[in-house]
Amino acid sequence: MTGSRAGPVAAVLLCALYFLLPLIATFEFSLSMIRNTWSFEAYRVVFADARFRDTFLFSAVAALATIVLGTLIVVPTAYWVRLRLPRLRPAIEFITLLPLVIPPIVLVFGYLRLYNSSSWLPFTATVGGTNVLLVFGYAVLALPYMFRAVDTGLQAIDIRTLTEAAESLGASRRTILLRVILPNVRAAVLSGAFLTFAIVIGEFVLASLLNRPAFGPYLQNVGANRAYEPAALAMIAFAVTWGCMMMLQLAGGGRAGRPRRARFPKLRTRAAP
Amino acid sequence: MSFLEIQGVRKSFGANTVVHGFDLAVERGEFVSFLGPSGCGKTTMLRIVAGFEAPSAGSVRIDGEDVTGRPPNVRRIGMVFQAYALFPNMTVADNVAFGLKVAGLSRGEANERVDEMLRLIKLEHTRDRYPYQLSGGQQQRVALARAIAPKPRVLLLDEPLSALDAKIRVSLREEIRELQQRLGITTIFVTHDQEEALSMSDRIVVMSEGRAEQVGTPFEIYNRPRTRFVASFVGTLGLLEGEAELGDRVVVAGQEIEAETPGARPGERVTLALRPEALSLQPSRERSNALRGEIVSVSFLGSVVRIRARFEASELLVDTFNDPAQPPPARGEPVTVYFSPADVQCLDASGTSHRPAARVRAPSGSRTALPLGA
Repeated sequence: MTGSRAGPVAAVLLCALYFLLPLIATFEFSLSMIRNTWSFEAYRVVFADARFRDTFLFSAVAALATIVLGTLIVVPTAYWVRLRLPRLRPAIEFITLLPLVIPPIVLVFGYLRLYNSSSWLPFTATVGGTNVLLVFGYAVLALPYMFRAVDTGLQAIDIRTLTEAAESLGASRRTILLRVILPNVRAAVLSGAFLTFAIVIGEFVLASLLNRPAFGPYLQNVGANRAYEPAALAMIAFAVTWGCMMMLQLAGGGRAGRPRRARFPKLRTRAAP
Repeated sequence: MSFLEIQGVRKSFGANTVVHGFDLAVERGEFVSFLGPSGCGKTTMLRIVAGFEAPSAGSVRIDGEDVTGRPPNVRRIGMVFQAYALFPNMTVADNVAFGLKVAGLSRGEANERVDEMLRLIKLEHTRDRYPYQLSGGQQQRVALARAIAPKPRVLLLDEPLSALDAKIRVSLREEIRELQQRLGITTIFVTHDQEEALSMSDRIVVMSEGRAEQVGTPFEIYNRPRTRFVASFVGTLGLLEGEAELGDRVVVAGQEIEAETPGARPGERVTLALRPEALSLQPSRERSNALRGEIVSVSFLGSVVRIRARFEASELLVDTFNDPAQPPPARGEPVTVYFSPADVQCLDASGTSHRPAARVRAPSGSRTALPLGA
């Protein structure tokens, strides 16, 4: 190794240690539930806990609902803004970024004031209503990621010409969105979807304040009351997140035989002869 | 009543008017080209027919039905774009079938029609390929098949050949024309390439600054341009500056020639226009005008030799056929060119041709109808 490369390598090693040491320590701790031996006892306990399965299932279903809702909101919006209202794009982009700036606690307090059981739209009066409100809130939290992903995906295809081609063939707006636009931004929607999944699975504030049995509050509850199980849960949550990231990579890479992105000829400027 | 009628169409974007009072009647099965430089409003006009733009005034009727306010997806048009615009997520067959499925055809009927279309464009073997696996020319043929599969009332082609290589451009334009004639589809073709317009069209609309300058057959447009713009945009034109005299005589570069100069008073300055192929280096009974000048340059183009000759302030291009027995003249040599008075067009300062439109006949020197210029 030459001296000039020693510095960068040391920096990389240092960073790796910084990130990996706590992980390794947590993992090591999660294996030491039974004294003087390493075991997966903590994991067994976690998986045996009915609350783990229930809350994880609840959050997973909420995440899927959020993805569907987010796609329904974001894809037509991003498409329409790009097609017809390009001047509004900075404004829309700013709005979608607001959830990153406004803390979820502010959002949920706003919800509770607006939609409490004595309001004109009492979402929180019923369990089902509260679940719906929770998914709405999750969709808001996922907005920055969904919108960015889909907007970038739309940028890669010539939506204006594709829309006009489909229109000239007699297609309605709905057909164009479902059969032309959506399939062509599939990878973008999927990458937004996996990010959404990762966010929703670990979300604590909304679920806790709306008092829903989600995975986030369960994590917090176990963390506050048990010793070894939180470490195991952290590892499980970590694995789930990494699983999402890997699926995101695969989705972004496209399937064999399919174009990764639309290939269009560069439009020549219409020069006079 | 004509099949496609465009009446008094005007289109403004804010204060900028891009199409002024456009009128056109297209017969069923006719192939009409909109020809003009970029920014002349030809694409806007096509998009108004397609329904992608709403006209500020005027109307569009297809087959007697007023479609002015109707959205594009109910107009039953077929459109081919410069950028191909094939759906990247669909195979060739699915692309061609798209309009058929939207129209509600059953799977079997759609499949049959797709096969028929792919046979027509000779691309049966690409049925299951994706657009990105095809060449540009193949993609554009698929786009054409997709456009005509649902049997549109009008086929609209928006510079479909501009993105292609020169060789494919020529072969595809012949293919498009043949297909159009075989199927008898009423077609509007937008192009800035005069060669494409002249070779493919039944009629050409030459456009400039949002106006239709002249509407006519390629023969009329080329041989009888009505304005200076049409004359200079379509084909190559040499211009002679001269002074009108009594009795259809004009003095050019100190030499007197015969040319009709309707409306010009003696002593008035006139501009005479001549096609390169109307001029010859040999005199004949018809070519009674002679001008002596000097050769500025000689371009050997193979079958044709193009000579640029100067007559004081004016320059003319002369096309002659290659003669294997005689090498072309050289630069700086004196030269005498001969032409018929009937082939001279007199343009006034405003650019309008004074030639009476009724006098349509083949020019005496029309041995080469090659639009070599541009």
